[in-house]
Amino acid sequence: MNGTFIQNLGRVYGLYTGGFVVFVILMAILEQLGVSAQTIGLLFVGFTVVIYAVIGFLSRTMQVEAYYVAGREVPAVYNGMATAADWMSGASFVAMAGGIYFGGYGYLAYVVGWTGGYILVNSLMAPYLRKFGCYTVPDFIGTRYGGNSARLAAVIILVVASFTYVTAQIDASGTIAARAFRIPYEYGVWIGLVGILLCSMLGGMRAVTWTQVAQYIVLIIAYLVPVFWMSNVQGFGLIPQFGYGEAIHRITELEAQYGLAKAATAIPGVSVLTTPHVAPVGDLAEWRFITLALCMMCGTASLPHILMRYFTTPTVRSARKSVAWSLLFIFLLYFTAPALATLTKLQLLDPNLATSIIGKPIADVMSLAWIQNWSAVGMVAVADQNGDGILQLNEFFMRPDIVVLATPEIAGLPYVISGLVAAGGLAAAMSTADGLLLAIANALSHDLYYKMIDPKADTAIRLVVARVLLLIIGAAGAFVASLHLTGILGAVAWAFCFACSGLFFPLVLGVWWKRANRPGALAGMVVGFICGSAYLYYVRSGGTPILGLDDVRFGIIGMSASLVAMVVVSLLTPAPDAEIQRMVEETRIPTGKPILGGAH
Amino acid sequence: MSAGNTQLSEEAKDRYWVKTRNLTFIALAIWFVFALVVPYFAPSLNSVSFMGFPLGYYMIAQGSLIVFVLTIFWHNWAQDKVDDEFGLGEE
Repeated sequence: MNGTFIQNLGRVYGLYTGGFVVFVILMAILEQLGVSAQTIGLLFVGFTVVIYAVIGFLSRTMQVEAYYVAGREVPAVYNGMATAADWMSGASFVAMAGGIYFGGYGYLAYVVGWTGGYILVNSLMAPYLRKFGCYTVPDFIGTRYGGNSARLAAVIILVVASFTYVTAQIDASGTIAARAFRIPYEYGVWIGLVGILLCSMLGGMRAVTWTQVAQYIVLIIAYLVPVFWMSNVQGFGLIPQFGYGEAIHRITELEAQYGLAKAATAIPGVSVLTTPHVAPVGDLAEWRFITLALCMMCGTASLPHILMRYFTTPTVRSARKSVAWSLLFIFLLYFTAPALATLTKLQLLDPNLATSIIGKPIADVMSLAWIQNWSAVGMVAVADQNGDGILQLNEFFMRPDIVVLATPEIAGLPYVISGLVAAGGLAAAMSTADGLLLAIANALSHDLYYKMIDPKADTAIRLVVARVLLLIIGAAGAFVASLHLTGILGAVAWAFCFACSGLFFPLVLGVWWKRANRPGALAGMVVGFICGSAYLYYVRSGGTPILGLDDVRFGIIGMSASLVAMVVVSLLTPAPDAEIQRMVEETRIPTGKPILGGAH
Repeated sequence: MSAGNTQLSEEAKDRYWVKTRNLTFIALAIWFVFALVVPYFAPSLNSVSFMGFPLGYYMIAQGSLIVFVLTIFWHNWAQDKVDDEFGLGEE
């Protein structure tokens, strides 16, 4: 091929996508030839991980600008894909549709929150941070407010938020690796970590960018194919997202007919469906919806692994453009998740469909292959608790996390689709873990080591330190993940709340309020983060939530405290000097040199 | 640290910032309505049917998301025009 890699991106990723499709077809043929499901699952996971590792190896670099910001040459559309993969974690891919299946209205707050946040990113943050020319988010805080104390506070909040998040991702990659390679979960976690590090160790941000583009392509194909297939089988049209309204009405009817009751005897780890698909339940349901959505949106605009993706574009305008592409690519998955949850639920409930199980004799249901496979690992349970020999809605138990993974089997699709979905889930978890690990390691190597401990360190040392830190943090993450402390989703929501409690207002006001100064920003970060964490501790240790703000909504408390502290302290202390004020004005002009020079 | 590196007068910079800020406020107003107000009233919108969906459900599962995507593309298009008007476009 002629020209540079950047000029040939379209051809490279076109070939890659074509190659992946050929691989899927080859697997389908192998399945028809009688190759076992286990082998096909192994090939899917093995093949995709090897591809990512090769991309990671080819992108190796010893240049600071390439390692931290991918050389600032990533075109908007590709940065959009990379951000979408960075963004959509194991939680979005694996757990979201299951959450909607079991959580109904209340759970859709995640769908709204995790897309609406990009308007905040685009209008309040990304273009200005790009103009600033920083390498990391604490770099912005440290330069805008001046002084090591503000930089250090930002580093600490970044590490806490991102580390909470990354353990959940390593957990998810470990779970999928463990299933594919038939090894215990404790080993699967370490295999997952090796895959993650192969993508980022040698090439930093440059390697992560180009593997994330590849991972986005795999994950979006893997998410959409089963939904399109099911929709066409069930007769909801070629593009199910626009045509499943009828299914919603049908589910509401069936819920009334079967009755949504608690299980007579609960089974630990699995749940029965008790929440209606559409109607809100419980006190303050609407208030709880918007507070959760708000935490997720402000968290989106404060999470450093997302913000730093917009440092990699060539210009301010392309940074904005790439936010728009990011949201479009994310939207493709997020508006499919409710469709997937609805169609899967309908095919279990609707007696007119061949796949339904509710209302069928227990013995028939027990003999289904997918029920047997998933019951064997404790993810599904069927129990005739009223003894009538017929499966009632409150006698079918399922773990919410498995809805996406089990859907192809429930719908009776060939195993090759299950293998594809596993590869997609792994891509989603790995790409997010990569971005998070890099955000943590870069903040520690650039802001803590280079800017605060040893400002004279030369390039080679800086990059070695960055890689050693990446390894240590990855190992720490895998170790914590192997302890299995929280479920995948809880940890993710906490990360958003930590990030918005401590960082949202110091970042926004840094651009939008010239009067904001160092003591104000410090107060905003410290007070917000401490109040948020203290409230989380209070709720977790049995305290009654105030106004329904439970442990996934503690960002509301943290952000309010942060805003008040930052404004009051800023106004009580002297305004920032003229140089800082001019710097803020300069940040608002999209062209011209960045505030921070090339190799700072 | 770079000095002022654009040719704009202080007065032009102020006008540019007022226009940029106003666009941002419009985007945030749209965001506020579709991210917070509409979901809050979604349950009462469910009595209306839209493309076969209950409207409230449709909005939080799909409608608001489409509005978010369109808003960002519109906002960037409008911001590009403002940038070009002041000679701050770059492509």
